Amino acid sequence: MATDPALANSAPPRDAIVAAMRDILPADGVVDDAAGLRSYESDGLTAYRQVPLVAVLPETTAQVAAILRWCHARGVKVVPRGSGTSLSGGALPLADGVLLVLSKMRAILDIDYANRVAILQPGVANLAVTQAVEAGGFYYAPDPSSQIICSIGGNVAENSGGVHCLKYGITTNNVLGVELVLMDGEIVRLGGTLLEQQGLDLLGLIVGSEGLLGIVTEVTVRILPKPQTARALLLGFATIEHASQFVADVISGGIIPAGMEMMDRPAIHAAEAFVGRGYPLDVEALVIAELDGPAVECQHLVDEVAAIAGRNHAVSTRVSHSEEERLSFWAGRKAAFPAVGRLAPDYYCMDGTIPRHRLAEVLQRIGALSREYGLGVANVFHAGDGNLHPLILYDANRPGELERAEEFGADILRLCVEVGGVLTGEHGVGVEKRDLMPVMFTQTDLDHQQRVKCAFDPELLLNPGKVFPTLRRCAELGRVHVHGGRLAFPDIPRF
Amino acid sequence: MDTERLQQAIADAGREGRRLEIRGGGSKRAIGAPRDDAAILDTSACRGILAYDPAELVVTVGAGTPLVELEQLLADNGQMLAFEPFDHGPIFGHGTGSATIGGVIAAGVSGSRRLSAGAARDHLLGFRAISGRGEAFVGGAKVVKNVTGYDLPKVMAGSWGRLALLTELSLKVLPSPRARANLMLEGLTDAEAIGTLSRALGGDCDIAAAAHFPQGTARDEAVTLMRLEGFGPSVEARLAALAQDYGGAVVRGEEELALWEKLKTLEPLADGALLWRIVVPPSLGWRVPKGLDGFARRWLYDWGGGLIWLTAPDPEAPVRRVAESVGGHAMLVRAAPDVRTVIDTFHPETPAVAALSRRVAAGFDPTGVFASGRFAGGADAH
Repeated sequence: MATDPALANSAPPRDAIVAAMRDILPADGVVDDAAGLRSYESDGLTAYRQVPLVAVLPETTAQVAAILRWCHARGVKVVPRGSGTSLSGGALPLADGVLLVLSKMRAILDIDYANRVAILQPGVANLAVTQAVEAGGFYYAPDPSSQIICSIGGNVAENSGGVHCLKYGITTNNVLGVELVLMDGEIVRLGGTLLEQQGLDLLGLIVGSEGLLGIVTEVTVRILPKPQTARALLLGFATIEHASQFVADVISGGIIPAGMEMMDRPAIHAAEAFVGRGYPLDVEALVIAELDGPAVECQHLVDEVAAIAGRNHAVSTRVSHSEEERLSFWAGRKAAFPAVGRLAPDYYCMDGTIPRHRLAEVLQRIGALSREYGLGVANVFHAGDGNLHPLILYDANRPGELERAEEFGADILRLCVEVGGVLTGEHGVGVEKRDLMPVMFTQTDLDHQQRVKCAFDPELLLNPGKVFPTLRRCAELGRVHVHGGRLAFPDIPRF
Repeated sequence: MDTERLQQAIADAGREGRRLEIRGGGSKRAIGAPRDDAAILDTSACRGILAYDPAELVVTVGAGTPLVELEQLLADNGQMLAFEPFDHGPIFGHGTGSATIGGVIAAGVSGSRRLSAGAARDHLLGFRAISGRGEAFVGGAKVVKNVTGYDLPKVMAGSWGRLALLTELSLKVLPSPRARANLMLEGLTDAEAIGTLSRALGGDCDIAAAAHFPQGTARDEAVTLMRLEGFGPSVEARLAALAQDYGGAVVRGEEELALWEKLKTLEPLADGALLWRIVVPPSLGWRVPKGLDGFARRWLYDWGGGLIWLTAPDPEAPVRRVAESVGGHAMLVRAAPDVRTVIDTFHPETPAVAALSRRVAAGFDPTGVFASGRFAGGADAH
């Protein structure tokens, strides 16, 4: 069914929407007062703010379905939200939309050690999964830096990564099934406690779809036995080139570390000033390489990695000999964002991926852009997988500086694409990078993606305004010209 | 790579309402309903290695490139496709070596290491393709970490050519393990073997692959295998720890390769009977042959019990009902043409999922150019 432009204009008045939500939900499940709504006005991308029309907090899949069915029938837009930690504005509310908050659905439904899965409601915090299965000797591998609060439902929407994803994969590689409510209120199940699905891999489309295709109400994740031990090396290099070559040599030498992180000089200094764990300050690049497995494996690999570091002119090498020491190596890296945040009133975190062998060149050009824009930048880098996080320093109180920071950020992402990389490695497109999509994709590419949206939500009511630079009507996208042939799918609506 | 002619052929077929069946090496051609009116769209023009830098862990390759050619290149550089691609050739008497990488990805076929390293779909990073609209487009990218836009590589992997013709693939590659060895247990019943594997897989020995060959399949005695891979000292330490818990014998070299080879060629099931590929929650795997008592002839377990290859001569055997009863599904892989006419290849989907799949497919292929009649349900309905 095509969107009728008149439908949008005929959306019910706010009072009617609030009343309908109160019919579906208990009293504390509907937030419509100004003060209450204010707390939902932005997510982790705080430069963007918008108070929603109303916020609703369902507790069951049936309530989610009832909310969506009602909104669908009346052309009311819906924006899903987990814990609100998106760094790309994925959960930015709409003034004329219902904000559907999944935070009350936070039950761990089942832990199945025999099949190594956990079944979760979407509001369960990422770290809570690991905490729930720790006693059984297991953990959940994807570990985005917001893992204390970010929700599993949000992780599915954004296909979240973390520092361990080179070895253990990102969310999509660790999710086996979901229960999903479509915009029209229909409930579908995709996958399950199974290592393979049949039919089109719709589950694979859902993960990373940024809340545009459906509302995830249950998630089945793989849990993994905890490695016996972990050891880390803290390595300083005099040049970015040496550090990059070290990373390349480790990987082409056949070693996939559990984590391999790099920081540049400004990031090292900021982190050391913040947490003071003895990072070397006379180096241009610091690399943390973590190895996990049986103790004998860790020792074997620590020796190999240290030797590779030596061949690449590491100027300082420390190896962890205790869990405490390993965690102290990580302390500065884990605190890198707030540490850099102390250097300026505001910082803007970027998230591109590049082919790793272009790193030195990309950092040089980011340095040149930094001078051009007159804004400082510090870089932290998931070195193993090429995911770069430049942190742009600015002061939002100075007129024009936020806009300049955004322009600088966009130039960095264009640079990432130019060298063969991508706009976002783990933070998502959201509203933030929406208008840059044509840098990476042609209109034909984007049309093929947007037709997926049309298959799930032909009226474009779910989280509109995210991911795609132009909202093309599904009727227009679906147009086919057939001369004499017969249509293969006569029974379905053409969008 | 000259894909313009392919694009033209697809656009023409769409305009004229004709159907095309994409064919790589033809190793899986005997899967699905017999079809005669679909013309063959051959991918051999899309052949060759386009880019490969081992340190980036990415290879970009034409979809028509023979799997063996790609695997040889990777092996020469100490790397591999970690999902251990499965070659269907031997099942249908073609021998190995005819499969193309495009066919492997399009059919989403993962081998024994899927258990620990992810499936084919987890290793497709990006692609170029021509949709049923006759339009060339890309999805994903050529780097290992990317969340820009919808993850189209996932839906393309395992779509069996129903959405688009894949012309170019960017795949994640990983270092090959430097050492491998197995712990082998003998004489276990199916239930004992699957129970043991479930316990061992929940331990910290990082088992790469786990299989069970019932009595009279690999050997006279039942054989249960746990494969360990990695760095030499680590493999030895984990092997010792496993042996301490479970007893058994260590098998290495030719002997272990020969056993795993049986799961690749399915030689123990080469009796011509109907062959099913059944995916279930791993710990419940043993219940499937038991539930098919009197129908099931021979079977092998992979993925710690999560994948069962099973032969059952009677087309009326309630394979799908039993698979469903433990929360799984069953695919018909090998059967005579008349059987494949009446039994769908894939397990039926719920009406809602089938409708969704049809709508997704129609977005890529609105006129059904690739609806060759091979599959009945979901995306291929016509």
